[in-house]
Amino acid sequence: MTDSKYFTTTKKGEIFELKAELNSDKKEKKKEAVKKVIASMTVGKDVSALFPDVVNCMQTDNLELKKLVYLYLMNYAKSQPDMAIMAVNTFVKDCEDPNPLIRALAVRTMGCIRVDKITEYLCEPLRKCLKDEDPYVRKTAAVCVAKLHDINAQLVEDQGFLDTLKDLISDSNPMVVANAVAALSEIAESHPSSNLLDLNPQSINKLLTALNECTEWGQIFILDCLANYMPKDDREAQSICERVTPRLSHANSAVVLSAVKVLMKFMEMLSKDLDYYGTLLKKLAPPLVTLLSAEPELQYVALRNINLIVQKRPEILKHEMKVFFVKYNDPIYVKLEKLDIMIRLASQANIAQVLAELKEYATEVDVDFVRKAVRAIGRCAIKVEQSAERCVSTLLDLIQTKVNYVVQEAIVVIKDIFRKYPNKYESVIATLCENLDSLDEPEARAAMIWIVGEYAERIDNADELLESFLEGFHDESTQVQLQLLTAIVKLFLKKPTETQELVQQVLSLATQDSDNPDLRDRGYIYWRLLSTDPVAAKEVVLAEKPLISEETDLIEPTLLDELICYIGTLASVYHKPPSAFVEGSRGVVHKSLPPRTGSSESAESPDTAPSGVQAPEQPAVIPTQGDLLGDLLNLDLGPPVSGPPMATSSVQMGAVDLLGGGLDSLMGDESEGLRSDVGGSPAMGGGGGFAAPSAAAPATLGAPLSSGLGDLFDLTGGVGTLSGSYVAPKTVWLPAMKAKGLEISGTFSRQVGSISMDLVLTNKALQVMSDFAIQFNRNSFGLAPAAPLQVHAPLAPNQSVEISLPLNTVGSVMKMDPLNNLQVAVKNNIDVFYFSTLYPLHILFVEDGKMERQMFLATWKDIPNENEAQFQIKDCSLNADAVSSKLQGSNIFTIAKRNVEGQDMLYQSLKLTNGIWVLAELRIQPSNPSFTLSLKCRAPEVAPYVFQAYETVLKN
Amino acid sequence: MLNGLHPKMIHSLFLINCSGDIFLEKHWKSVVSQSVCDYFFEAQEKAVDVENVPPVISTPHHYLISIYRDKIFFVSVIQTEVPPLFVIEFLHRVADTFQDYFGECSETAVKDNVVIVYELLEEMLDNGFPLATESNILKELIKPPTILRSVVNSITGSSNVGDTLPTGQLSNIPWRRAGVKYTNNEAYFDVIEEIDAIIDKSGSTVFAEIQGVIDSCIKLSGMPDLSLSFMNPRLLDDVSFHPCIRFKRWESERVLSFIPPDGNFRLISYRVSSQNLVAIPVYVKHMISFKENSSSGRFDVTIGPKQNMGKTVEGVVMTVHMPKAVLNMNLSSTQGNYTFDPVTKVLTWDVGKITPQKLPNLKGAVNLQSGAPKPEENPSLNIQFKIQQLAISGLKVNRLDMYGEKYKPFKGVKYITKAGKFQVRT
Repeated sequence: MTDSKYFTTTKKGEIFELKAELNSDKKEKKKEAVKKVIASMTVGKDVSALFPDVVNCMQTDNLELKKLVYLYLMNYAKSQPDMAIMAVNTFVKDCEDPNPLIRALAVRTMGCIRVDKITEYLCEPLRKCLKDEDPYVRKTAAVCVAKLHDINAQLVEDQGFLDTLKDLISDSNPMVVANAVAALSEIAESHPSSNLLDLNPQSINKLLTALNECTEWGQIFILDCLANYMPKDDREAQSICERVTPRLSHANSAVVLSAVKVLMKFMEMLSKDLDYYGTLLKKLAPPLVTLLSAEPELQYVALRNINLIVQKRPEILKHEMKVFFVKYNDPIYVKLEKLDIMIRLASQANIAQVLAELKEYATEVDVDFVRKAVRAIGRCAIKVEQSAERCVSTLLDLIQTKVNYVVQEAIVVIKDIFRKYPNKYESVIATLCENLDSLDEPEARAAMIWIVGEYAERIDNADELLESFLEGFHDESTQVQLQLLTAIVKLFLKKPTETQELVQQVLSLATQDSDNPDLRDRGYIYWRLLSTDPVAAKEVVLAEKPLISEETDLIEPTLLDELICYIGTLASVYHKPPSAFVEGSRGVVHKSLPPRTGSSESAESPDTAPSGVQAPEQPAVIPTQGDLLGDLLNLDLGPPVSGPPMATSSVQMGAVDLLGGGLDSLMGDESEGLRSDVGGSPAMGGGGGFAAPSAAAPATLGAPLSSGLGDLFDLTGGVGTLSGSYVAPKTVWLPAMKAKGLEISGTFSRQVGSISMDLVLTNKALQVMSDFAIQFNRNSFGLAPAAPLQVHAPLAPNQSVEISLPLNTVGSVMKMDPLNNLQVAVKNNIDVFYFSTLYPLHILFVEDGKMERQMFLATWKDIPNENEAQFQIKDCSLNADAVSSKLQGSNIFTIAKRNVEGQDMLYQSLKLTNGIWVLAELRIQPSNPSFTLSLKCRAPEVAPYVFQAYETVLKN
Repeated sequence: MLNGLHPKMIHSLFLINCSGDIFLEKHWKSVVSQSVCDYFFEAQEKAVDVENVPPVISTPHHYLISIYRDKIFFVSVIQTEVPPLFVIEFLHRVADTFQDYFGECSETAVKDNVVIVYELLEEMLDNGFPLATESNILKELIKPPTILRSVVNSITGSSNVGDTLPTGQLSNIPWRRAGVKYTNNEAYFDVIEEIDAIIDKSGSTVFAEIQGVIDSCIKLSGMPDLSLSFMNPRLLDDVSFHPCIRFKRWESERVLSFIPPDGNFRLISYRVSSQNLVAIPVYVKHMISFKENSSSGRFDVTIGPKQNMGKTVEGVVMTVHMPKAVLNMNLSSTQGNYTFDPVTKVLTWDVGKITPQKLPNLKGAVNLQSGAPKPEENPSLNIQFKIQQLAISGLKVNRLDMYGEKYKPFKGVKYITKAGKFQVRT
């Protein structure tokens, strides 16, 4: 007698028959019928037609029957909202049942019925259940609040359920606490701003106590909640860590990983000199290793997380290399992850073992795995210099196997080894050339062609080899075509006599017969370069290449830090921030690691913006690039003015200018070691070849004159605050996360009649940045850079550079909203980034803004009264004279001062760069810290910004 | 893309057999169409082997997190950012519960008990939050099926649903029910150690470690409070505990102190890492070679005992995945039977017990597909074995004390060592 009998049907039609049985008088028959209905549901059959009949069975004292009916209801209530109303009465009644099991069942089921009409009936029963004497009912009700919130958030807030839920965090029963935390976290996640989980040392203490007592699942919720807390200092961080570490020994791997997350995050605040820091590091290794003995699915998730942890803190697992050795029957997804971590852990100490393993893997059956193993050998060579020779000989052994895909992978990695150790292993080129014919993958072909081109002078038949590729030029992938073009140009530059024909052939193939713009552009550039100045061509094409970095695929530090905050989540599996795959902006909060403390001032935000009405220098990364992009694309970003291959003679500079951004992108490509894409810089856009020069040239004309001034300001920048107008502290305008590692902070200043934008560029990426350029979008006052952005040397990772960019106000004008909004595009060798910032208006107040008294009176009268605006400047304790002199520093001039009935009246004038006059009357009462400012101006829309300027100047 | 507004955790669960039939679905929220499983089938097809299906798959609107257990795929549908381990652990718990209730976790067992399965799933998860996953508690809420009970139920009309609140659910010891009573009070501990090892061609150990567990079967009346101590607790430096164990006592005294759940449970699991020397109880001599251009090869393997502390190595089985080009094998064994499956290319040799006087040997010829190139890879040998009455790490229980109850329990400890993932490269 098994449940399979419920699946049998008769000819009459299943639904008809069930209907009859459900309405039977016999209890037993009814129950059997409901079971049949449930059985149909489990295989996805639609039995919603039976809704009224099943609901009729609900009023019963048989608990099993009641449960079954409830099961049915949850599945179908949404599709039958009117019918669902019928069930409400029974729910309400069941919520008062003496048996807590039934009360809990009712409140649980009610919440699952996602029907708007029902929700209002739920409130009263739910309120009772939240205060039920039985903790089982309370903990069920806590979850129900989250369910209800999902259906009708407003209702939950109006009914005060959130407060009740918060109270449950202090419940005496740990299960109730855990569920309340779970429910609150869920609600908080959909309302990031709601501040529901108001974490403070007291509530944290409660959570830590509950952590020891609640179920494993509750522990996960609590740990995830703790991870969002920001301890106030290192001592608090340590004490939380101490109480969390026992969780590392939990049998449930999800608990372990959540605990690891809390520890990894709070460790950031501990000083490395602390004994406890070392202890903690030691404690983290065993649980992570233990995760690898679990089921393969768990291993996979664990490995993805370990990959992050190893990048953040390699010291934790540096002695555990062997646990990552691959077993032949590991699932492929585990194998690939283990391999990745092995390379990250590879060091001089263990490289012999690692290489022996990798060689073993390279003879396995699974193609994907073998490829990755071969690649790994190359990465080891690059990472551990002492092992390079052994790696190369291992790779040569593998090439001898002649297994096609092994050979191709080996050639790809050998190319990188050549880049890393120039002039060391070129003796193997002959062996590589033997395998030329067997290469059928673009990446391997491209790598081989690069090698031939790069070492053309050592390969006797380089021209023949390259020529053989040229035959099928149009059938090759772009990657190979580009590579072939460059390789032949290199060959030509090295052996010009024999290869003239070849180079002409490839240039004409690239420029005339190809419709790929990248290829065409590169072809034209080479052509032009070769025909105008072969010496320059040589210096450009055969320029010394920067060394490639040790670890090729490290996650960017800013992203890594964010991902560490998401250990154990899907984000950690995909190595992408949640914003990359959660729909909508709701629920996405960027997390960041806490700053290392120890001293209290570092906890304070560096942003000391005035506490008044506004914080004008808020960074605003332009979210939608739509129309703005259109504008910015029309502007040329100016040619690169630095970068090693460019630092030649001034004659060549001219040539470079003509080529505009196109050459620049070509150079970037070259120096990156011939990656596949020629990142098209926007300056070139879709234009073919030489459309850009005319736009590019004028941008540099003004440079020599004003860049000298720029340098001068650079010197005075530090002390300038004394003599010039007020300079706000620098704020971050472009966070590194939004700009592939480039962080820009800055402020504006005005010195002796010149405006400048003081910038700090910080490279938080892993690669060197160069070729900086800046451009502004049209703006209200025509602000524009008066000189190109001068970054004299490439910016190395983790390096910052301070630059003062002189500005003028002769650019194109477009009214912005807000008026002082400035949209900026900054370009480097990586990409173009856009951000916007607000500049304080006082940088536009000119030095000759003092109006004559008569003129002032006449103008004041002349400007209609509706143009007058009045403002309050609060909490300013200066007296009239101090105010006067302070404002004068920012070119707000006091024309007259009167004392009327004990209060000082200051009459002032200022002039904007575009000639707009603003007249002001400032009333100061000796005992009152609030000043009244009346402004009159023919362009009244500037008034609020002038007022902001007053506030800023007076309060700093 | 995930939608940030939907409730946490598991939205739906599909059970799928190896031939790709969905034989059970459960939705904790609105019904998700079966068609979402198409993404899973796609991945399954790509993976070729069932074991290689990736556990996390993204689809345009959901994530699928799955486990493969006992020839069943447990595929869960996720709509929000959740900890995947949370889901995977939960799915394994579901499979454990089926095993516990029906004696096996199989498609037949699930189909035969579909109503209980449905009730269990409902009880285990509420709004995506795990509710009751402890076997002790579940069994009080939903009684497991027995032949006797189904007969009794059908006669008396009583049900398999408990109608009172489980006693352990909210106490400070949620894993134990109150009012346990036995006439014979017994406490058994099985110390089981598995050796994971990779041995290279030359016979030296590339990697070895011991995965140990102590599984307990405790049938004691009332509320017994136990302490278990070891002769050499220092071996246990990497341990995972059942929630019943008092962590502080372990930290300070290296004693396992706990009020046990009723019945069978895993008390601790531990790992003895490769830093400590791990004794390898068997050695393998092998000679596997394929001749160039002759479509044949030789196979010769001998297994012998080593460092087994006077205990017998038994239950020895060797399995080898031979290269694809192998058509057949003509072997002779001095002991035990061998089979070669020409379809899966798996050679299995059931050796049995090893007697040191006469070492088991399997040798003979390998027939390769004619014309096919000589296989590049040499197969790894997978060895299984058992040694009774030995914990290879040397772990030994010192004593078990009971407090809180007056009766004298019967106590027993058993040791066993097995091969885990034990691989010999050739």
